[in-house]
Amino acid sequence: MTHHTHKDYAGAKLGMWLFLFTELLLFGGLFLLYAVYLKRYPQEFTAAGREMHVVFGTANTAILITSSLLAAMAVTAIQRDQRRQTLWFLGGTVLCAIIFLTNKFFEWSAEIGHGFYPNSPRLATAPPGESTFFSLYYLTVGLHGLHVLIGASLLTWVAVKVKRGSVHGGDFVLLENGALYWHLVDLIWIFIFPLYYLIL
Amino acid sequence: MNSAEPVERGFWNDTGTTGISSWIFSSDHKRIGLLYFYSTFGFFLVGVVLGLLLRIELMAPGRTIMGPQTYNALFTVHGVVMIFLFIIPGFQGSFGNLVMPIQIGARDVAFPRLNLFSWWLYMAGAVIILTSLVTGGGPPDTGWTFYVPFSARTGTNVSLAVFGVFIIGFSSILTGLNFVTTIHRLRAPGMSWDRLSLYVWSLYATAWVQILATPILAITLVLVMAERMLGTGLFDPAKGGDPLMYQHLFWIYSHPAVYIMILPAMGVVSDIIPVFSRKPIFGYKFIAFSSLAIAAFGSLVWGHHMFTSGMSDRAVMVFSFLTFIVAIPSAIKVFNWVSTLYKGSISLEAPMLFALSFIILFSIGGLSGLILGAAATDIHVHDTQFVVGHFHYVIFGGAGFAFFAAMHYWLPKFYGRRYAEKPAVMAWTLMFIGFNVMYFTMQVLGMRGMPRRYYDYLPEFARLNLVATIGSWILATGLIIMVVNLFRGLWWGPPFSGNPWGGATLEWSTPTPPPTENFLEEPTVTHGPYDFSALEREVIKTGEETA
Repeated sequence: MTHHTHKDYAGAKLGMWLFLFTELLLFGGLFLLYAVYLKRYPQEFTAAGREMHVVFGTANTAILITSSLLAAMAVTAIQRDQRRQTLWFLGGTVLCAIIFLTNKFFEWSAEIGHGFYPNSPRLATAPPGESTFFSLYYLTVGLHGLHVLIGASLLTWVAVKVKRGSVHGGDFVLLENGALYWHLVDLIWIFIFPLYYLIL
Repeated sequence: MNSAEPVERGFWNDTGTTGISSWIFSSDHKRIGLLYFYSTFGFFLVGVVLGLLLRIELMAPGRTIMGPQTYNALFTVHGVVMIFLFIIPGFQGSFGNLVMPIQIGARDVAFPRLNLFSWWLYMAGAVIILTSLVTGGGPPDTGWTFYVPFSARTGTNVSLAVFGVFIIGFSSILTGLNFVTTIHRLRAPGMSWDRLSLYVWSLYATAWVQILATPILAITLVLVMAERMLGTGLFDPAKGGDPLMYQHLFWIYSHPAVYIMILPAMGVVSDIIPVFSRKPIFGYKFIAFSSLAIAAFGSLVWGHHMFTSGMSDRAVMVFSFLTFIVAIPSAIKVFNWVSTLYKGSISLEAPMLFALSFIILFSIGGLSGLILGAAATDIHVHDTQFVVGHFHYVIFGGAGFAFFAAMHYWLPKFYGRRYAEKPAVMAWTLMFIGFNVMYFTMQVLGMRGMPRRYYDYLPEFARLNLVATIGSWILATGLIIMVVNLFRGLWWGPPFSGNPWGGATLEWSTPTPPPTENFLEEPTVTHGPYDFSALEREVIKTGEETA
């Protein structure tokens, strides 16, 4: 072989985009169920939707959008080879993720405290559609929360690599892909938020 | 080259590393391909034994060798092993990995370490599934489809088995995106899209199905686990859920998944038939395009599994219509293969025999599929042995026989040794006869009303069941001869070098076995995959040089 080994940037990003499609489809199954059950139980979904805490949801939306902005800024910073700023922006992104999950913890605690959780005695006596709503809510938001956790861990790992210098201005596809993943996490939330908090 | 030892060992020893860790931690696509081959084919043999036990149980009415609960568990495990551990990962994992990068002129896949990770995920999933058989409430007894409400309620170890399948789905997705990226990015200079072998085209279409369909299976399995562990009730009518939604979600994946099984098989056949007919493929563009068409239309037909489940008549008609549409690209392939054979100089060696029997068995399976795809006839034969016969015609007679064709065609390339021809032909003859005796009989039984997944049956079905069981023994005998002959040949047989089949695809231009990075120098592609005249010119040229 005559030519030397080099990274295929376009290939790495193509692979990442394909992976992001699979993530969208994974959530797609849950959105599909939401659509079908909303059609079947419009009143029950509305009733259950009133129990959501819009303040928590809005705050978390703002936090995630901010974190996405920070992730994008981290990419711009590394393109300019500004390592310190990249680390600050990545730190900010991960901090936002932690605040998001903390909020989520308190929100879920409050809802579970009110007796809204799958298989709960309160939902057993409620009309059937409400139980469906809450099951879907916990599964979708739980799966999304898991993705927040994975994304934050991924970005932390990338940050360590930036600090060590193995991800730098000349080779940053890992950071770019990490940021892409983070934008996906954000994007999915942008769909979850109106469906569960706003339109009902 | 008369000595028993081939001179070249290629990727087997050219890196200087040996031992188990040079295999299980290797990122070489050929080593990963062989890892996949041995693990998936091993599970195939396990599945065969389970299938034979099921046939023995059905040999006579009433209890023969096992009780009803064991029977339920066995047909479930047979299905799970054959589908999720053999045929879905098998083709892409083993022959996809072994052959595809060489056929496009690449040194490896786009993400070699991810490729290894896929195999590890596959093995982890397999171990989890095997664990589910011996722990908890015992092996799952739901059938491989894990239908609710039974899968949500049964006391057997469904959650763990489902989790294993989930992990394997993840492995399948990663293989798919790896292959799509590889085919887009790593083609050698001159390897334009219209010079890709039809096998690569079929893998490309399959990889898209893996990427687009598998996530739906993943979420569905997560929902089954949530149903069992958290009582979410999304499929439980008592809590407002709907079991039909499970069936929809499951088949949105699992119908396209049968194309994950059959498309690479069609690709193998498209590669083998021109080589053994000494003729360029007929209708290259149509075969390539029909792979994509099958992948696309195949994603829209899942509802035909649910004609008797309670759908609206309109939905039934739409799904039935779309099902018939899928038959068109499949038939395009069959007609083009037959046209390739026409006036060809056909040599009936083992790979060709398996490939030709693919056409016959797949056609029988495909046409019986139309009986199931037409709503009116489906209601008569739904959930009978007819379905079992149909499915095995397509997946075993189709994908399975094509897998055997690939084993005889490509494995010698990677071992540098070959099997004996006569036992291979004998094995094929027995398998072809046994196969038809067994599964055609099952289709007849289904037409007469014998349900599937039943442990016992009415006395009037006794004679045909005995015939089917005898067929299974003929098939098994052929299979044993094939396995013994093939592996004895690969491990100790006479040398296999150069281009004995006379293939024009790129893998036949590398040394046998190929070196670790496949090519001694980066190839420049100057002709199509089935341009045998170019091959002859090259042979004449090299002949002149040697002279």
